[in-house]
Amino acid sequence: MTAEATALSCDSGEPAGAADAGSRGFVEFVDVEKSYDGRTFAVTRLNLGVARGEFLTLLGPSGSGKTTTLNMLAGFERPTSGVITLEGRSVDRLPPYERNIGMVFQNYALFPHMSVEENVAFPLSVRKITKTDVAARVGRALDMVRLRQFGDRRPAQLSGGQQQRVALARALVFEPSLVLMDEPLGALDKKLREHMQLEIKQLHTMLGVTIVYVTHDQSEALTMSDRVAVFNNGGIAQLGSPDDLYNAPESSFVASFIGENNTLLGKVERISGKDCRVALDGGGSVTALAIGVEEGAACHVAIRPERLRLVSASNGANGLAATVEGRIYLGDHQRLLARLENGQVLTVKVGPEATMGNGEPVTVSCAPNDCRAFPADAGTGGSISKTGE
Amino acid sequence: MTALEPTKLDRPRTARDRSAADAKAAKSVTAKLRRAEFGDRLRSLALAAPLLVLLALSFGIPIVLLLSRAVYDPTIADALPQTSQALRGWNGAGLPGDAAFLALAADLRDNQAMGTAYELAKSLNARVPGARSQVLKTVRQLEAADRPPLEVMKAVPFWSAPGTWPVIESGTHSVTSFYLLSALDLHWNADGGIERVPPQQAIFLQVFMRTFFVAAAVTLATLILGFPLAYLIASVPKGLAAILIVAVLLPFWTSILVRTAAWTVLLQKFGLVNDLLLWLGIADDRLDLMYSRIGLIIAMTHIQLPFTLLPIYSVMRTIPPSQMKAAYSLGAKPFTAFRRVYLPQVFPGVMAGCLLTFILCLGYYITPALIGGASDQLISNFIANYVNVELNWEMAAALSFILLVFTLALFGIFARILGLDRLKLV
Repeated sequence: MTAEATALSCDSGEPAGAADAGSRGFVEFVDVEKSYDGRTFAVTRLNLGVARGEFLTLLGPSGSGKTTTLNMLAGFERPTSGVITLEGRSVDRLPPYERNIGMVFQNYALFPHMSVEENVAFPLSVRKITKTDVAARVGRALDMVRLRQFGDRRPAQLSGGQQQRVALARALVFEPSLVLMDEPLGALDKKLREHMQLEIKQLHTMLGVTIVYVTHDQSEALTMSDRVAVFNNGGIAQLGSPDDLYNAPESSFVASFIGENNTLLGKVERISGKDCRVALDGGGSVTALAIGVEEGAACHVAIRPERLRLVSASNGANGLAATVEGRIYLGDHQRLLARLENGQVLTVKVGPEATMGNGEPVTVSCAPNDCRAFPADAGTGGSISKTGE
Repeated sequence: MTALEPTKLDRPRTARDRSAADAKAAKSVTAKLRRAEFGDRLRSLALAAPLLVLLALSFGIPIVLLLSRAVYDPTIADALPQTSQALRGWNGAGLPGDAAFLALAADLRDNQAMGTAYELAKSLNARVPGARSQVLKTVRQLEAADRPPLEVMKAVPFWSAPGTWPVIESGTHSVTSFYLLSALDLHWNADGGIERVPPQQAIFLQVFMRTFFVAAAVTLATLILGFPLAYLIASVPKGLAAILIVAVLLPFWTSILVRTAAWTVLLQKFGLVNDLLLWLGIADDRLDLMYSRIGLIIAMTHIQLPFTLLPIYSVMRTIPPSQMKAAYSLGAKPFTAFRRVYLPQVFPGVMAGCLLTFILCLGYYITPALIGGASDQLISNFIANYVNVELNWEMAAALSFILLVFTLALFGIFARILGLDRLKLV
């Protein structure tokens, strides 16, 4: 396996220090904008750097601009303004076939009239590589995805997962330094998808190739990525590592898009340091981390279900009286629907042993550090506008 | 199965028993399946039956009857019973004996009496040019009865000419290869071999070649015009594609006669096309577009364009844009991507479109008749002429038969190369 890894990786010989020096500059988007109709922007003021060897995921709802971003990087779309550089060179005038970027498509885009081997050999044959060399490299690439014995089949004779592995082999066989993946697992069922996530991740580690991955599935993004760029309304809402995004979302949109979150509506009473006191609509109040909120303004307070605890009485800082409205049994844990006195509903994650019934009064509590107050107006989860894509 | 046979249960079963039982079970399943499917098959047959009957009555039987006239022509045999009898022992060399002359004279008189002499004369004329006047002249002289019949017959040089008697002899056989051979410019020579007719009589091979040439030219023209247009329609957004498709189909919904008439207006010497060419300075003088090969090909190309375009479009539509994107991303330049990824995938559509147009062009009739000149008449015009004007249905049947065979052979070759399942007609 190691021999194949060396053969297929692009820059294995390069000293680690040199890679670090210009690390974020391997791919660079500088003030990139894209508009299809001249009025609305599919992508606005995009600034994004990708490090060499990084696994970066562009995550967002459909219409958020992530696929447009990928297409501009691949060369299928040209930015309306701004510059994209690849290894320090602007690719503005470079057609897709000269960019040397591997790409995996959602529907695999395998060539139906060619066998698996011919598909994988295609990028090599257009590069005028000798026949024996092509055969050897196709063999290695098919070994890598464990499909050597299917070489003479047509794509239509393979299962979805096998087709996806052929597409991977085809995108990697010409040793591109950058591989783009556009929702490559979208057509697979859940179990196969999880398996392929691992497989792609292993290939990434083995080959040291840089991968830019597009998905709308947040769990996929969290599982696979070094960093995730959350897209919303044509721009990056937040860029960070998976645990940053999960634990420290910077906007109401990211908080609700990544993982599950309770959202309480309220108004900021006062700000003290990095905390603030929020008066909830309909009564009650909580202390939360202030993320860009102003005193007197409406806000959303986001709390993860697993950060909420049930306590015996209202002794904690953020104790809220509630009534149980339902209990969902999920095996390893249960979800409790708790209606607060002000009418808002919280989901609380509780252990499998909890037994409270409907109508039972409980007190829900949460540490102020686990409550995040966001401005109510900007970047809310409900206002995903459809701009192009 | 064994559960139904309790006596066998206590005996240990050998492998052979088991396989025999399995085979028996499989057989009974197959039989059941066949019974079940038989009902389904009967039902679908019943649904198709009215159409099949209509096709058989209005299409199959008439075609078989008409085409059979190419090889079965009893006119002469029926009209000349005594001559047929007299020629039975003739070896075909030189002239037959006087008995045959006398028998023919008797037959000619009988025909005159029954009023069928003219029909006989016409039928002989189809095989020996100029026979009609000779027959009618002889009949008149025989009727005058001022000389013995044998003398009359010998006095008309036509009856002693070398080509006459072999033709009469072959005519006395109801089944004949004469018309089929004629359709290919061939005939039986005096020695009983097949040879090409003299060049001044040869006509049909040239017409077949012309028909194939015009069909090929029109097919090529529609492909050159239709392929990029199909590509355009397949790649623009749906709304615009629908408008373009309607634009392509609009002439398709107009009668072929109307469209041909429109082309005569456009192509004539003082028509719009000539006006435009003069005005643009492309031509110095007015061109003869009407009644010319080029005008014929232009008009036929216009009519045939949708037939070539639609199968190509229907295949192009199924090729997702990601195919070309994938080829580009893998390093293929546009032309390479087109040649190695796009073209092989649209090839079945191209073949189907071209085949459809080519075969339809082989049967063109109205357009060559109205727009083509005398030397641009295609095989269908000759067939129509034999049916409507010359009333020589045998010749028409022979030409139709040859055309049909050519067409089927062509279709067979295409189907063989591509496989019928890959021929995507619509």
